[in-house]
Amino acid sequence: MEKAWNEFKGCKWKRESDVRAFIQDNYTPYYGDSEFLTEPTERTKALFAKVQEKMKTERQRGGVYDVDTNTVSTITSHKAGYIDQEKELIVGLQTDQMLKRSVMPFAGIRMVKQSCEAYGYELNPEIERIFTEYRTTHNQAVMDAYTPEMRLARRTGLITGLPDAYGRGRIIGDYRRVALYGVERLIEFKKEELSTVGQTVMDEESTRLREELKSQIKALQDLVTMANSYGFNIRRPAEDSREAIQWLYFAYLGAVKEQNGAAMSIGRISTFLDIYMERDLQQGAYTEQELQEMMDDFIIKLRLVRFLRPPAYNELFSGDPTWITESIGGMGIDGRTLVTKNSYRILQSLQNLGPAPEPNLTVLWSEKLPLPFKRFCAHLSASTSAIQYENDDLMRPYWGDDYGIACCVSAMPIGKQMQFFGARANLAKALLYAINGGKDEMTGEQVSPHFAPITSDLLNYDEVMERFDNFMDWMARLYMDMLNIIHFMHDKYAYESLQMALHDRDILRTMACGFAGFSVVVDSLSAIKHAKVSVLRNSAGLAVDYKIEGDYPAYGNDDLRADQIAVDMVKGFMKKLRSCQSYRKSVPTQSILTITSNVVYGKMTGNTPDGRRAGEAFAPGANPMSGRDRKGVLAVMNSLAKLPYEHSQDGISYTFSIIPQTLGSTEKERSNHLVALLDGYFQQGGHHINVNVIDRDKLIEAMEQPEKHPQLTIRVSGYAVNFIKLTREQQLDVIQRTFHEKF
Amino acid sequence: MKSFKETTGQVHSVETFGTVDGPGIRYILFLAGCPLRCIYCHNSDTWDYTIGETRTVSEVFEDLLRYKAYYDRAGGGITLSGGEPTLQPYFLAELFQRCQIEGIHTCLDTSGFCDLEKAQLFLPHTNLVLLDLKHMDGPRHQEITGVLPDKTFAFAHYLAEKKIPTWIRYVLVPGYTDATEDIEKLCLFVKKLNNVERITFLPFHQLGSAKRKTLNIADPLQDLQSPSKESIEIARNIARKHNLVT
Repeated sequence: MEKAWNEFKGCKWKRESDVRAFIQDNYTPYYGDSEFLTEPTERTKALFAKVQEKMKTERQRGGVYDVDTNTVSTITSHKAGYIDQEKELIVGLQTDQMLKRSVMPFAGIRMVKQSCEAYGYELNPEIERIFTEYRTTHNQAVMDAYTPEMRLARRTGLITGLPDAYGRGRIIGDYRRVALYGVERLIEFKKEELSTVGQTVMDEESTRLREELKSQIKALQDLVTMANSYGFNIRRPAEDSREAIQWLYFAYLGAVKEQNGAAMSIGRISTFLDIYMERDLQQGAYTEQELQEMMDDFIIKLRLVRFLRPPAYNELFSGDPTWITESIGGMGIDGRTLVTKNSYRILQSLQNLGPAPEPNLTVLWSEKLPLPFKRFCAHLSASTSAIQYENDDLMRPYWGDDYGIACCVSAMPIGKQMQFFGARANLAKALLYAINGGKDEMTGEQVSPHFAPITSDLLNYDEVMERFDNFMDWMARLYMDMLNIIHFMHDKYAYESLQMALHDRDILRTMACGFAGFSVVVDSLSAIKHAKVSVLRNSAGLAVDYKIEGDYPAYGNDDLRADQIAVDMVKGFMKKLRSCQSYRKSVPTQSILTITSNVVYGKMTGNTPDGRRAGEAFAPGANPMSGRDRKGVLAVMNSLAKLPYEHSQDGISYTFSIIPQTLGSTEKERSNHLVALLDGYFQQGGHHINVNVIDRDKLIEAMEQPEKHPQLTIRVSGYAVNFIKLTREQQLDVIQRTFHEKF
Repeated sequence: MKSFKETTGQVHSVETFGTVDGPGIRYILFLAGCPLRCIYCHNSDTWDYTIGETRTVSEVFEDLLRYKAYYDRAGGGITLSGGEPTLQPYFLAELFQRCQIEGIHTCLDTSGFCDLEKAQLFLPHTNLVLLDLKHMDGPRHQEITGVLPDKTFAFAHYLAEKKIPTWIRYVLVPGYTDATEDIEKLCLFVKKLNNVERITFLPFHQLGSAKRKTLNIADPLQDLQSPSKESIEIARNIARKHNLVT
């Protein structure tokens, strides 16, 4: 320990696993500006050029560079891989070659097989046989347990996108622990935890926990083996900056070799690493340039993370995302800012390597962040559109000052909390079902138990609300039960051993539900309440279209007549979820987030009473439907800021897109305005915002000539994507619907 | 019991995030009605005096306050535009007065086509005027806007006399307003005013064309191109030569 912890202050974190205490005792807040930052070195440029060349080939090959169809990926499955061993400062790849994807069949063999086939590969039949005949997968187990009702709701698109065929993700291992303590100590901690389980009674829960802890220990041992194959001994703690990054990265690498999770966030690492960097700077061990180089190299590694996924996955989560979300900045509960020099360095990678969607850089914004840092972020946002912001002042009272963001908007204290990812229910479709007595508006199929449809021609608000409310009671229960099955099976058949090894024994679990079609439902209800909406039925008596007479106040105009409906919706659905029983004593939460599924959900939903046509995309996340906001951006923000975070603790996503000229006439003006926007939005209670500052023309050009804009990045509902990797439908959706333009 | 009604204005629309009409981020209130008929107008939907909604000063003011958190931080405030906002001088005066009491920066975007006795009502509560000059030559001005420029010139001098900070705006319409001698005349006029902080040349654009079509308003400039970057630069250079800030 001597060298590793030399000069580090504090004692609590030395006695037990407590990274937060280590950070608080040792970090150096930074209040200065970005002047100290350095540009990429020749080494970095050369290394990254090599990577970009390979990425180009990957695109040319239809999105997948190569697949290892013969090896089931585990922490230790592949031998060491390098980009260019001589040049690399930080090493480690998922397989033996960069961009080569591996197969991870534990969550489901069918998806693996389909993915291979879609890209012209054939899965080794032996693997298929093992995971069909001998080893139950998560997907198989869930399908076995689903009721017919569940299958139907899934097929019609009432509840979809569920992690019942793929890895659930949204778990953040505390990868920092590996650097700070070394794996040997972590195994000791885990053994101690194991020794306490089942001492009084060996019930089902204790038995499961014992098995889990044992598999966590095994995962840590495997991690040592994997690092060893690269020539590193991570049994001991990291001794300097480079080792700290390398150790931490090995831990993360182990996780992405073991799990193809829907979101594999990295946590809150930059300020932690800064402690090592400050020590090294003071001792003269490394220069600023060298530290930036290591960070850039590390970021290159994160940009190389790949998972094998079928094209259908792309419809829900477009652009090959991995959601390596890193939470930057924020404030400590003692009032000191958590911004350090390394908060700048990690953001600087956007300039040194150019914009990219990964890692998913997330700034935890507080009114009290140092002004130079705010300006730096705003400047980068305006030039790269690669940053999202979340309200630290809103979340800190809930989650303290060492939480990270899983995926897009879900906050959780690192190493102390996880979530059961629950995708989302299509609320717009639910409203149509309520009107049609539980029949699907596209097929006429009876999906819920039969109940009386609305038969009047003119829709009456109270009547619709009553039906809708009853329908949601049924739907919430069904939804929760599906999630209960899913997560029971995921724990059993696709357990995240390594990620959970980097958690405490006793953690808080949330059951993270969500909904899509938010603004469609709010506007529909507002139309029914404030205008005259009559029903058009087909020959079978099914309500298939709506006629609106008169104007109605739409959500997104800071108009309480619509916004109150929105608030009530959030509260109302949450109340229903809270009254359901959830697996493993998890706490139900919900998010208003669609990722890119707003397009496919819209496609599966008929005409709605707000005037939206069948098949038309929903607005992303909690955005208003585009074209219905008539008072400008601030009115939209005020509408969103009214939505109660206490009833949507898994996050409320807002995607803001603006052309540069509208944001301000000069670069300085744009940064200043953006800082004011963020301060203002968050002060009003807004939770999350994606910032896109981009020319519409540039997007159109990128759509026509993708190779001219390989790095063009835009933010969509909680994450960022390479614009050229979106499906054409999604590209058009972004262009047509989300830009605030005026003249 | 209320003995008299509160002052009301005819409001065309609101833009809560205005960044091009005055400093910072601003609440832009577009008032209905305009006595001018500029051939290049891009807000022809605001000409009609009766369009939009009738709102009291309090209603507008309270709505504005909902966004104050943003405006304060960005050094912004409120801008009254239109239409021609000086057509509703009582509303304008009362609203600006209330804003100034709350410390909100007030800005008026006008063609200056306004009687001076009316101007006396609201100018004491106006922090900044964005004055649109259309042309220096009387007949040409009438050709472009439908009215003579005399009122506007008088208004400009009055602003100078009252020392009210003013930004001049001038739309460059190729073939109509962009001749070098026109710009020279403009700059000579502006130079004599001691209250002008900057002059901006705005390029004519076709974005108002669609509105005209919808409203069935003739569009004499429908085939006209926007001025080139060079011709904007030429105009700015003339202004700089006269020591004006562009």
